[in-house]
Amino acid sequence: MSDPGSVSGGAGLEASAAAGVDQASHLDDSSQKQRKPRSLWSDAWGELRRKPTFIISLVIIAVIVLMAIWPTLFTSVDPRAANLDKSLQSPSGDAWFGYDLQGYDVYARAMHGTRASLLVGLFATLLTVLIGSIIGIIAGYAKTWLDSLLSRFGDIFAGIPFVLGAIVILTTLNAPSENPGQVRIITQVVLSIAVLSWPVAMRIMRSATLVAKQQDYVRAARGLGASPLRIVFRHLLPNTVAPVLVYATIALGAFIGAEATLAFLGIGLRPPVVSWGVMISESRDYFQSAPHMLLFPAGFVTITVLAFVMLGDAVRDALDPKSR
Amino acid sequence: MGRYVLRRLLQLIPVFLGTTFLIYALVWAIPQDPFAGKCGQRPCDPAYIAEMSEKLNLNDPLLLQYFKYLGNLVVGDFGTTFNGVSVGEQISTSWPITLKMGIIALIIEAVIGIIAGVLTGLRKSGFLDNLVLVSTLFLISLPVFVTGFVLRLYLGPQGFDLMDTSVSSDPTFGELILPGFVLGSLSMAYVARLTRSSIVENRRADYVRTAIAKGQPQSRVVGIHLLRNSLIPVITFLGTDLGSLLGGAIVTEGVFNINGIGGLIFRGIQEKEGVMVTGIVTLLVLVYLLMSLLVDLLYAVLDPRIRYE
Amino acid sequence: MSRSRVAWVALPAALAMTLSACGGGGGSSSTGEGKANPDGTVSIYGTEPKSTLFPANTTEAGGGKVTDSLFSRLVGYKAEDGAPYNLMAESITSSDAKVYNIKVKQGWKFHDGTDVKAENFVDAWNWAAYAPNAQQAASFFSVIQGFDEVHPADENAKPAKDKMSGLEVVGDYEFKVTLNGPTSVFTTMIGYTPFSPLPKSFFADTKAFEAKPIGNGPVKFVSRTPNALIKMERFDDYKGEDKVNFKTLDYKIYSSQETAYQDLVAGKLDFMEALPPSAKVGEKYKADLGDAVVTANLLGQSAIAFPQYIDAFKNVKLRQAVSMAINREQITKTVLAGSYVPSTSFVSPGIKGYRPDTCGEYCKYNPEKAKQLFQESGFTGKLTIQSNQDGGRKEPLEAACNSIKQALGVECEFVGATNFGAFRQIVDGKQLTGMSRSDWSADYPSIENFLNPLYRTGGSSNDSNYSNPQVDALLKKADETANEDEAIKLYQQAEDLIAKDLPSMPTWNEKGIGGRSKNLLEAKMSFKRQPVLESLRVKA
Repeated sequence: MSDPGSVSGGAGLEASAAAGVDQASHLDDSSQKQRKPRSLWSDAWGELRRKPTFIISLVIIAVIVLMAIWPTLFTSVDPRAANLDKSLQSPSGDAWFGYDLQGYDVYARAMHGTRASLLVGLFATLLTVLIGSIIGIIAGYAKTWLDSLLSRFGDIFAGIPFVLGAIVILTTLNAPSENPGQVRIITQVVLSIAVLSWPVAMRIMRSATLVAKQQDYVRAARGLGASPLRIVFRHLLPNTVAPVLVYATIALGAFIGAEATLAFLGIGLRPPVVSWGVMISESRDYFQSAPHMLLFPAGFVTITVLAFVMLGDAVRDALDPKSR
Repeated sequence: MGRYVLRRLLQLIPVFLGTTFLIYALVWAIPQDPFAGKCGQRPCDPAYIAEMSEKLNLNDPLLLQYFKYLGNLVVGDFGTTFNGVSVGEQISTSWPITLKMGIIALIIEAVIGIIAGVLTGLRKSGFLDNLVLVSTLFLISLPVFVTGFVLRLYLGPQGFDLMDTSVSSDPTFGELILPGFVLGSLSMAYVARLTRSSIVENRRADYVRTAIAKGQPQSRVVGIHLLRNSLIPVITFLGTDLGSLLGGAIVTEGVFNINGIGGLIFRGIQEKEGVMVTGIVTLLVLVYLLMSLLVDLLYAVLDPRIRYE
Repeated sequence: MSRSRVAWVALPAALAMTLSACGGGGGSSSTGEGKANPDGTVSIYGTEPKSTLFPANTTEAGGGKVTDSLFSRLVGYKAEDGAPYNLMAESITSSDAKVYNIKVKQGWKFHDGTDVKAENFVDAWNWAAYAPNAQQAASFFSVIQGFDEVHPADENAKPAKDKMSGLEVVGDYEFKVTLNGPTSVFTTMIGYTPFSPLPKSFFADTKAFEAKPIGNGPVKFVSRTPNALIKMERFDDYKGEDKVNFKTLDYKIYSSQETAYQDLVAGKLDFMEALPPSAKVGEKYKADLGDAVVTANLLGQSAIAFPQYIDAFKNVKLRQAVSMAINREQITKTVLAGSYVPSTSFVSPGIKGYRPDTCGEYCKYNPEKAKQLFQESGFTGKLTIQSNQDGGRKEPLEAACNSIKQALGVECEFVGATNFGAFRQIVDGKQLTGMSRSDWSADYPSIENFLNPLYRTGGSSNDSNYSNPQVDALLKKADETANEDEAIKLYQQAEDLIAKDLPSMPTWNEKGIGGRSKNLLEAKMSFKRQPVLESLRVKA
């Protein structure tokens, strides 16, 4: 229950990503037997190129990334220009998504909010996968006592319900006497997500490593006296990356959803940062009279998460020969 | 089997200690003064601070504080909050509400999820299959609070007026169905997908082919052989999910203003009621650990191939 | 764990209790006409008390509401304007505003049947002031002679005595109070909850009292279920003029105003003295409640302070410019949804001695003049407004910042602390880095309570470290003036000086808006944002 718990499908996330674990290594075997020059990856790529969901999700993600990098391409309105005369006005030709309580243009804010939301997802995923993979590969490769020590250590973090853990951490991190800038606020949220989510990545990496370790070529390498580092980097990593990659893709979407949820609870990102989550949390009290304040940023979150989950699904299916 | 259970129980202890200590340290060893804002617009009276610090063992080193707290917990004393009310008592009034909602969510996600999964698993790639795939994808992508708000607004009196979406302070079972559905909606999608892929996989398994070859009727093949084996991962998922449902209930409770432990703990954190926070998290961790143990044991019962030495 | 299992068993009883409490159902008639039922049940919105239910320990709204109705004090406040009148006091006399002779009415009883005598007041006040008892409101007794002996300023010092020398029992129903110096507001102050009397049984067994408080007020304590219900009943032996007209009183504890409001509209709750933000938006509450809206003048004053320990704010032109750059009219109408009105004075309306427009042109929106003053001040850089961001505090201040930004062309940013505790820690530690929210809610209805704590050098809530010897002198002189009208004149002079200095800019005053259910024929709200119990009439 460690990862974005009910926020974005705790155990489910792990289950759907881990499904690829043993298939991926099976696949390796088969491709070697067939002696085809095509590797696992080029095989998967060929499969992916023909998948409409893959293409659709890539396009959506590309647009979102573009929005994050150059929001001004999409809007010329300053997201901080408030006009109280227009407070809570519904969508119209002037402002496609209407105005919020402060009279900010919701559309402009949604465009400018993309960056923070995406950054949180990206960095939280990177950190989660990095910590989780390192510890997971060590646990999977190491002797039993270290394995159980690390596994128990992971269990400690996995035992904390995600939302509760994040609330406690975020409240704790905020030494109240300071007024944190944008970078610091984002870092805090990224850290708290990663700290609570890495055990999932670790478990996936660990089981992938356990499977890969039993492969003949790994035993052979060990027999030839290759150093553990070489075995890990040369032989284990390339064969364990697939399930982690699938997890990372889905997790990225999930973490963007988590950011919105934390903001909804009033403890995630907060002004001066503009993000979809911040917009959602600002809409909470006004949802009934001005639903557009909630629905538009929530729509962006949903579409983004959808794109990443679809991408993850497609990649997993491509890496899994059985589904063909 | 007995030895396995014992070993698993022993393994739980360090995890339990680690998690609860982590939370305890986060809550109490924080840079923020626990008394700030406790006394309105004025700073608290020093005498009051001294007395409360003494009562909460705040002057001891952290580790000692923690073990004193744990000692009290073992004899069933959750401690008292700043207003002198027993935390155990407060938890015991809120806990059943959240538990009720969690169980409703679990039932909804299990029933709908498994039915959808079985139907689509048996008929791979048809209209129904695609419909379920798309809708599960959508459910997974939708943040829980959005589902909650939208359903609350549009089903309620201000929308299409289909039902009373408000939840009273002592909710009945009926009132909790909608929040339970919202809470379980995400996992429902996972259950459906898990069941589907599990069925698809097992349909090609040797024992199913054998059963068909033996001439057993379709209903028996599906009901006895296929379902029983396919549902093992689903049950594992549902077991661990109860824990995360209870922990994640905080969001749903916020949307529907339900007076459960989610609200209790959220206020606890906001108002720096450390005793409350540690108490509830301890309870949730315990539920999570015991559920995961139970799931492991269920494996052995359900799957004859697994034997614990 | 065993403890919690036992408590589960006890739960059905608690459930049954709350359920029966909200019986009654909403009638369809929306008029306030009908016969009153003198033995009816009233349920009132409550929040979980944050401390033990001792009168000197409940400084926040949730607990204060309960102790306020459990206890009656020497002085009561009129519901309409907060004017003090003698409630338990037969007479309060003083020639110099320093030594007070107080006679207590005879025949009053505590809920346990014992008589309320002078010693009950003296003992209670001594107990509350005594440092080791750690009562949150102990500092209220600091005006009484000998307070520093029972409550030394140094928290580690042991108090030399446990009784204040300024309190002296003269007879069964008479006692004498000597203050540190003349304090004319004392006769108003003693109506505040910490000055309640306590029965003998309190001192015999404090723990038992904690579980079942015994007061002398119009209602008596029956039972309490944490986070759910505090049940009270009419005290039939009550002698005061503020008798209640119902039998049972339930404080239903809510964690969310939203839920409480739903219950109010549905008729499951009878009175609520505040409304959730969602009900205020677009004045939705007017449609929901119709003629059941209850309003009152409150003792609140919202302001934004300029901490004097920040160099930039030492420039009075900058302070004036910022104040004139805030469009109070528009913000109260839009962001605050009309639940506030622009403030033009340092005292809230309805208080004796209140004059509108003491802040003059500096509290009126005037972007041109603001811009001019701002340029003269020579300020460069960024302005910030700090506050806690929860509880609807953020929205109006962010709007204020935007207004400043537009009028002055300066960068302005709202900086939010996660909660009130975090924000208070910044303020108490004098660690503000910009302007800060400085909302004040007076403890008792007196102009004194709006000025002394906030603007006197070293005042208990003088968060901006404002210090002006002239203001101090005037306030001191006013405190020492026994004649109320003359004292008020002096306070007003002090207010004028403060207005010139503008250490904080008044922004808006909250309109007290609440609601009653259709089960009540009549309900009033007091200036303390509490239901006026004696005004509640239950429909038969």
